[in-house]
Amino acid sequence: MKTLTLAAIGGGVLATILSFSFTAKADNHIFYGIQMEQFEYRSGDEDENLFVWDGDAFVGTDELKLRWQGEGERDLKNDLYENFENRLVLQTPISDFFDAKAGIRLDTPSTTDRWYGTVGIMGLAPQWFEVDADLFVSETGDGSARLDVEYEGLLTNRLILTPSLELNAAFSEDPEIEVGRGFSSAEIGLRLSYDLIDRAVAPYIGVAYERKLGKTADFAKDDGEDYEATYLVTGLRLLF
Amino acid sequence: MKQKFARSALWGVLAAIAVSSTANAANYDLSVDYVTIDTGEMKTTGIGYNGSSPGPTLRLKEGEEAVIKVTNNLDEATSIHWHGLILPYQMDGVPEISFPGIAPGETFTYRIPVSQSGTYWFHSHSGFQEPDGAYGSIIIEPKKREPFKFDREYVVVLKDKHPHSGARILRNLKMMPDYYNRNQRTLGDFISDVSENGFGATLSERGDWGSMRMMPTDIEDVPGFVGLINGKSPEQNWTGLFKANERVRLRFINASAMTYFDVRIPGLEMTVVQADGNNVQPVKVDEFRISVAETYDVIVQPTADKPYAIMAESMGRSGYAFGSLSPQEGLKAEMPARRMDAPLLTMADMGMDHANMPGMDHSSMSSGNENSMAGMDHSNMAGMDHSQMAMSKDDPFYAAGSGLTPKAANGGKFLSYADLKAQKPLYPERPATREIELRLTGNMERYTWSINGVKYEDAEPIRLKYGERVRFKFVNETMMSHPMHLHGMWSILDTGNGKWDPVKHTININPGTTVYSETEVDEPGQWAFHCHLSYHMASGMFRKVIVEGGPAVAALENGVQ
Repeated sequence: MKTLTLAAIGGGVLATILSFSFTAKADNHIFYGIQMEQFEYRSGDEDENLFVWDGDAFVGTDELKLRWQGEGERDLKNDLYENFENRLVLQTPISDFFDAKAGIRLDTPSTTDRWYGTVGIMGLAPQWFEVDADLFVSETGDGSARLDVEYEGLLTNRLILTPSLELNAAFSEDPEIEVGRGFSSAEIGLRLSYDLIDRAVAPYIGVAYERKLGKTADFAKDDGEDYEATYLVTGLRLLF
Repeated sequence: MKQKFARSALWGVLAAIAVSSTANAANYDLSVDYVTIDTGEMKTTGIGYNGSSPGPTLRLKEGEEAVIKVTNNLDEATSIHWHGLILPYQMDGVPEISFPGIAPGETFTYRIPVSQSGTYWFHSHSGFQEPDGAYGSIIIEPKKREPFKFDREYVVVLKDKHPHSGARILRNLKMMPDYYNRNQRTLGDFISDVSENGFGATLSERGDWGSMRMMPTDIEDVPGFVGLINGKSPEQNWTGLFKANERVRLRFINASAMTYFDVRIPGLEMTVVQADGNNVQPVKVDEFRISVAETYDVIVQPTADKPYAIMAESMGRSGYAFGSLSPQEGLKAEMPARRMDAPLLTMADMGMDHANMPGMDHSSMSSGNENSMAGMDHSNMAGMDHSQMAMSKDDPFYAAGSGLTPKAANGGKFLSYADLKAQKPLYPERPATREIELRLTGNMERYTWSINGVKYEDAEPIRLKYGERVRFKFVNETMMSHPMHLHGMWSILDTGNGKWDPVKHTININPGTTVYSETEVDEPGQWAFHCHLSYHMASGMFRKVIVEGGPAVAALENGVQ
């Protein structure tokens, strides 16, 4: 089922991009791009191993873009998707450095599926912080918010240290997906990458720490699960 | 009888003149082909003319009608624009403005009544064919003797050949505007700045740039190119031969997509005699900066029987072109040391405050030179009037305190626009009938470029009236230099020299400055007007100019789009 969803969404995005890129030959105002910020293997304590990705793809003009944003976590030990999220949004500039976006999100982890409507902004904040801030309302009427912040620190022009932060909050409790009201989870990461081929391929190593917070952590504790984990990560940052 | 003879002789002469003026058509053929461009370091497929990139040098003669048959052997449409040539607009070669373009397999015949002389060039005006290699040079021999002497001449065409195709470069820039910038400031630069200027000063300087979300290293958008001279990389060493004491005329053409070059020939003084095809009063210089699409003719006189280096370092120092002037084939000049201290933009280049445009404060100009970040009256930066500034010691065509202001490698004379004076005024001096302000605008982070904040696709054409003299006020509100090229009509650059103001086809406007040029609107039809940096032009820093009225207005109104 999950593989099918992934294939369907991936195929759809690819088809859209290809069809646009063919018309782009005639119209040089349509651009596209595909990026994987994280495409990595995570190894934690108690031989917990995960495969994790976080990427996006866009096609469109300066004024209007269709963007796919997707992230997921596959638990390689237990063979299940802890997280499997795909978003499709339309995006348009609202200021020099920020775009507004709106669209839908579908979560299909191994546990419970959820549809969401979403609005958000993404762009470049002063001092070069890349920011993605989103609001979600799920099919059950539960609201939530997410903030993603990333900074690229240039040790050299190719060796780049990237700290990142993801913070999730829920405005109401959704016990079915084990999310409590308030701040629900956070993840901080630090990745050291090297631009191997242009900006296209950059292998990296790093650490990631994720933690469930508040009531959400209690849900995990009640199930006898870990509510925090630290990982060593190895992966590739990709840009095409 | 005598009178009759005289009359028939007169008719005979007139007839001969009439015949010669129609019979002096000269035929040229150009094919547009896919070619392999091999710089030694890289091999790419590109586009060229008559089987090579760069294409041939076309030698035209003033007074002839050049009939140029262009055959498109590509599987995409093409076009050729004759850069700097004054011609009927239907021959100007801009798809959708002058003509529909040349479809694959088709031949288009350009008919150009050649009414000028000098050094020019030609290039495709379709897609990214020009960055991909579709360019060549033009020499037009004058009818009259030139006001300078030379024993031999060479065309020196500069090009920034990039391994990526033009389309890919623009896509990459749209995805990530600093995709190609590998000269950004790093942790190491931060530490060395801290040790030099202190932690607080360094942090606040980084904070200033960070709050603007702009980079002082952002001088060239597309580094990573190989600099070519006449298609030859530094390693392939283009060589022009000379005999000692000969006067050698070098016709420099910058056919680059994106790159300005600082050109010098160590050991030789260069006498600039022509700019953009028009003779200028000779200026002796040690080095000059050539903006994209400009041409400069210089005369050098090597006295020693040894090779001399032609060194063209890019303005941002990310690349260079190199060749030799040599007394014998195979004798390569020693390459001068590259200047690795890449310039950094300053707050002066940012223009800082665009709100206060008019007027210029001389007192603030003379200060703010040493340390651009401190003690400068930013409110006056954007409003400088260069025509009044020629007396200033620094090049008045750069913002005071600009990081881009060039210095000659040997500490000598660096050419400024302020040095350019027409050899012979092309037009009588008269006041402009009106002024049109063109703010050069853009968003580096989004890689969008525009004029007055509007991209080409959303813009109304600029309408001029045949017979008027229009004054263009270029206000550069971006952090980059823009070489603005008006097709079909001359741009008289206001250097404050009145009737001696030089006549150009491409006017460079540096960041944080305002530059004026005037145009006698003497060619009917519709024309392109744009920044000649390929990816700025493609992103929208472009306008259509419509000349209303004039002799050929009927043709225009009869449905030529």
